[in-house]
Amino acid sequence: MTDSNRRIDVQKVAALARLELSTNEVATMQPQLARVLDYIATLDELDTADVAPTSHVVAVRAPLAEDKAVEGLPREEALAQAPAKADGQFAVPRFVEG
Amino acid sequence: MSDDVMSLSASEIAADVRSGKRSALSVARASLAAIAAKDGPGALGAFLTVDAEGALAAARTVDDALAAERAKGTSEATLAERFALAGVSVAVKDAFTTRGLRTTCASKMLEAYVPPYDAHVVGRLRERGAVIVGKTNMDEFAMGSSTENSAFYPAKNPWDTTRTPGGSSGGSAVAVSARLSHLSLGSDTGGSVRQPAALTGIVGFKPSYGRVSRYGLIAFASSLDTVSPFAANVRDAELIHSAIAGHDPHDATCVDRPVDRADFSRGAKAIEGVRIGVPKEYFAEGMDPAVGASIREALAKLERAGAKLVELSMPHTSYGIAAYYVLAPAECSSNLARFDGVRYGLRKGADKGSIDELYGRTREAGFGPEVKRRILLGTFALSEGYYDAFYGKAQKVRTLIRQDFDRAFEHVDVIATPTSPVPAWKLGERTSDPLAMYLADVCTLPASLAGLPALSLPTGTVRSGDAGSALPVGLQLVGRAFEEPALFETAYAVESLLGTLRCP
Repeated sequence: MTDSNRRIDVQKVAALARLELSTNEVATMQPQLARVLDYIATLDELDTADVAPTSHVVAVRAPLAEDKAVEGLPREEALAQAPAKADGQFAVPRFVEG
Repeated sequence: MSDDVMSLSASEIAADVRSGKRSALSVARASLAAIAAKDGPGALGAFLTVDAEGALAAARTVDDALAAERAKGTSEATLAERFALAGVSVAVKDAFTTRGLRTTCASKMLEAYVPPYDAHVVGRLRERGAVIVGKTNMDEFAMGSSTENSAFYPAKNPWDTTRTPGGSSGGSAVAVSARLSHLSLGSDTGGSVRQPAALTGIVGFKPSYGRVSRYGLIAFASSLDTVSPFAANVRDAELIHSAIAGHDPHDATCVDRPVDRADFSRGAKAIEGVRIGVPKEYFAEGMDPAVGASIREALAKLERAGAKLVELSMPHTSYGIAAYYVLAPAECSSNLARFDGVRYGLRKGADKGSIDELYGRTREAGFGPEVKRRILLGTFALSEGYYDAFYGKAQKVRTLIRQDFDRAFEHVDVIATPTSPVPAWKLGERTSDPLAMYLADVCTLPASLAGLPALSLPTGTVRSGDAGSALPVGLQLVGRAFEEPALFETAYAVESLLGTLRCP
């Protein structure tokens, strides 16, 4: 992969991450992240063609929970920290898909 | 008076409180008095929230429960198990949820967040009779190596308050180093407990991944996060670790295996015949010569006491930094997606009318620069077309690093390295250069990537470079997966030979 393919477009990535950034922040972070990515490119010095990836260090067989109903958090407590609520639910600005 | 109580070990406090020689209430008062005298935003900056009322109430509950047990004639042995931490003051990193007590993760995003539940380990501490005195300062969302990324104020090293205590669990390290609490809880993802322990002259212990439940630890990088305590000595670290380790159905990665206790009866003799691997890659460029000398001197002392030093090569060590700084940001970008201004925490931009603006503005206002950098880095590494080149590649390099350890453990029982290549640096010295800050983690990242238990303990102090004051140096010992007792026994022998440090 060539360097140009790896260049980070901070504004575009920020949009993917739902993160607004000021012009100043973009200007500071663009070179900082480019330097970090250059450093990360040292991984390419290693031949990993025949190496299996490690996603988790402990081979975990996901334990199954007992098939039994348990009490969840009461609705009032679950909503207690919500910045906005309406009719016993979390309130958000209206949005329509598509 | 309060200083004397704070000088005692956690095991001494617990034994005294169980026998009735000392009340949990008097211990809580001593800890709160030490905090009031030495801590504060302009002072050490160790705590973000001090819970005096909660601590005093918890201490009274412990005293009452013990009085009731004694009246029933409950045996000493039963009490020692059930009240392993009776009356011991514990400071908890503000990354663990505490029911009814503000939990911020040192972020503006959670500045006013009051969790409706206790983290599993917080509940275990309470059950064992510990008294939680407050929540400690940290790098925001545990991202950083100096505690300067706290959204509120930096923590300062009690050995020299112009310097960092390390991070990200810096506040918890300061609490024990300055004897504000007897024990503390941190989280170690890439070195966030071992490194501040080294920089403040105390013991920091990271268990095997999966040994302690992460339920209620606000997630940073889920395949790497571990619940890791600080203590003034090795036995106290083992005491708190065994009180919180073990299965919890709320964490699917927490293994169901018995928690064996260490046997410290052999003392320093436990070092005899132990094969200590010394990998040359950990003594490479960038290391402060005074740190290297302190570590070499300590190793020579262990050899004279009967340990066998084995020179090793672990060729992929330096690639740990690059692999970690792909994997951890990738996992963090996913974990931190939950902070969206809807269910809890900060909310901004709702008046703009679109949900995307609500998300974007909330996250802009709520996250600090380092968290933003890592979210961007992780989002980039996981984005379409880049996954194999970054995340996939880093996972493969993670395998190579694990294999380095597997091969080493065919020949040795424990691996010894410096914990940090440098002693505590000046506050502000690395804040403008993120990459320089990342490079400081070189010695601790490999054991994190391999999921192995590792412990840092002091070798002594050095005066290096510009340092007028004596600064602690830490030795890292890495053990085999799930063999915590053997690691603690070796560490205790090492501590018996090298001694502990006490901040002046």
